[in-house]
Amino acid sequence: MSNEPELSILEAIRGALIQEMDRDERVMVLGMDVGQLGGVFRVTRGLLEKFGPERVVDTPLAEGAIVGASLGLAIGGMVPVAEVQFLGFTHQAFHQIGPQLARYRFRSRGRFSAQVTIRAPFGGGTRTPEFHPDAIEAQFVQAPGVKIVCPAFPDDAKGLLLEAIRDPDPVLYLEPQRLYRSIRGPVPAGDQTVPFGSSRLVREGKDVVLVAWSAAVHLCLAAADQMAQEGVAASVLDLRTLVPLDVAGLIAAVEKIGKVVVVHEAPVTGGFGAEIVATIQQEAFGSLDAPIRRVAARDTPYPPGSLEDYFLPSVRRIVAATRATVEY
Amino acid sequence: MIELLGVDGKVRGASPMSLDKVVEALRLMLLSRAIDDRLIKLQRMGRVGVYGPVHGQEAAVIGSAMALDPQRDWIVPASREHPAMLRHGLPLKNMFATYMGNFDAAAIPDGVRLLPRQQSIGAQLPHAAGLAWALKLRRAGGVVAVYFGEGASSEGDFHEASNLAGVMRVPLVMLLINNHYAISTPVHRQTAAAELAARAEGYGFPGFVVDGNDLLAVYATTVDAVNRAIDGGGPTLIECRTYRMGFHNTSDNPKEYRDRAEVDEAEQRDPIERVRRFAIREGIWSAEQEAAALDEIRSAIETAQRQVEELPRPGAAAIFEHVYETLPPRLQQQRAEALDDARPS
Repeated sequence: MSNEPELSILEAIRGALIQEMDRDERVMVLGMDVGQLGGVFRVTRGLLEKFGPERVVDTPLAEGAIVGASLGLAIGGMVPVAEVQFLGFTHQAFHQIGPQLARYRFRSRGRFSAQVTIRAPFGGGTRTPEFHPDAIEAQFVQAPGVKIVCPAFPDDAKGLLLEAIRDPDPVLYLEPQRLYRSIRGPVPAGDQTVPFGSSRLVREGKDVVLVAWSAAVHLCLAAADQMAQEGVAASVLDLRTLVPLDVAGLIAAVEKIGKVVVVHEAPVTGGFGAEIVATIQQEAFGSLDAPIRRVAARDTPYPPGSLEDYFLPSVRRIVAATRATVEY
Repeated sequence: MIELLGVDGKVRGASPMSLDKVVEALRLMLLSRAIDDRLIKLQRMGRVGVYGPVHGQEAAVIGSAMALDPQRDWIVPASREHPAMLRHGLPLKNMFATYMGNFDAAAIPDGVRLLPRQQSIGAQLPHAAGLAWALKLRRAGGVVAVYFGEGASSEGDFHEASNLAGVMRVPLVMLLINNHYAISTPVHRQTAAAELAARAEGYGFPGFVVDGNDLLAVYATTVDAVNRAIDGGGPTLIECRTYRMGFHNTSDNPKEYRDRAEVDEAEQRDPIERVRRFAIREGIWSAEQEAAALDEIRSAIETAQRQVEELPRPGAAAIFEHVYETLPPRLQQQRAEALDDARPS
């Protein structure tokens, strides 16, 4: 472990892109501002110089065309990695993602597949303008055919992106914008992919399990640290992918402990947390020792950044819910 | 408006299409109308869900397809271009399977350069732009021909795809089949512009209006667009002005929104009749040949229909195939449940 470089999530993503573009000349990057500027977060900085303007392409400002053209590019033999500047902007591309990209293999009865990765930063906590932080991942869960990947750590950011680009099916790869530069961690230098549908227990404790994905995993870790001072030992399970969902890993984590809190950044009602809760009660009802609580965003439109702390899940709310669950 | 073949069957100047190809096109047009008749009949018998006939649009669809090389070029269809798809290599059996509800048998065969029909209006346009972009990046040669209607020209996908295709200068031929109606909505409710082809200028590439009931004009204009695309000249928009002589589909009743007089007038400009007149005038077609062609067509349709009817119906397992390359565990479980549900009790 000690000889692995410590990278930020942003650096890990950039490294994975470079590695895949070196490995496979069909891989190309397209999106708004990804070339000359290197992306609004500079994730793709240096790629244009390294791989040239045919493989690193600044496109017009049109999310539907970026995704729709990526499907056509894939059918034509390329492996596009499209960047949509923020997940909240995929509303303008939703019809090209759900009914088109996700269904193309099915509709063509396997004649065509869509080896397309869509990268999109999302999530709050950085006081961004409206639409930039929206956590709308659950909307895509209702679009069978697309996989949904949401790393929370630099090593997973790399391993899951390698896996996404190589996956023959379309992948929505969600990047936690608040974590891009704020955390660092060891990242294996080689070709190590992270398989989809495998959750990761990032902290072990016997009293309660906190289930989350993306940036919310780090809120859970902070809450677990705080609970430890009260003598409560919390596990934290990072789902890593929502589709496919690691049902076996989830149930294994729950059955050992019997108490669960689910945390996510999207509004609570109809969020993916509801799916987690439903799955647990069906598969592990007998092992539950307390009602499952959800800590999520409020069911309001995303407020201005100055008010987002009232909206988003917080360490304080997670601690309160965890305490109530443990004491039940 | 580009016009070459008059209603009287006389051509302005020399025919741009070889006489062999004229005969091939005429046979396809007759096939198209026979397919319309058969599938409408099957729909009325409850054996086909819904069907949208090509009736009236044969010259636009077939004239453009005749300008393409099935070994080199791709077709990205909307939903009313099956004659072009057949010419490009889709077996008649697969086409019948499409409408008779057997989606596995309807698949585009390997090696045939066609995308599936698109039911979401205009959604195929960005796909076509991307596919043409890939041909350019891979230096594959060839062009992509994409079909869409005047209704689709109001969709955001049309504007986004046109703009991208222009910026990337991709080898794309955009065939706007203006049949004057999107279900009941007339073209003057789609746009305040006098012509849709003029939009191309806004995207930085040429646009042309062509008589869409004129096989030779559609063909010649498409040949020019294909050549320009192959020479690196980028996209072309071709507005084929035609008329939907039939209904939108079998669930539609056009009497509720258009006058019979309008349809009668359109029938005077029937795209097949003028090719027939031209072919007879050139001595390459006769009543006997037509009778023989119709016999062959009838027999081919009978065979295709029977082949589809003889296929086993897809079962519960089919809905789980091709969702992903590898079925995730959750879907494996659902598949097992669905197969269990489907077992006769």
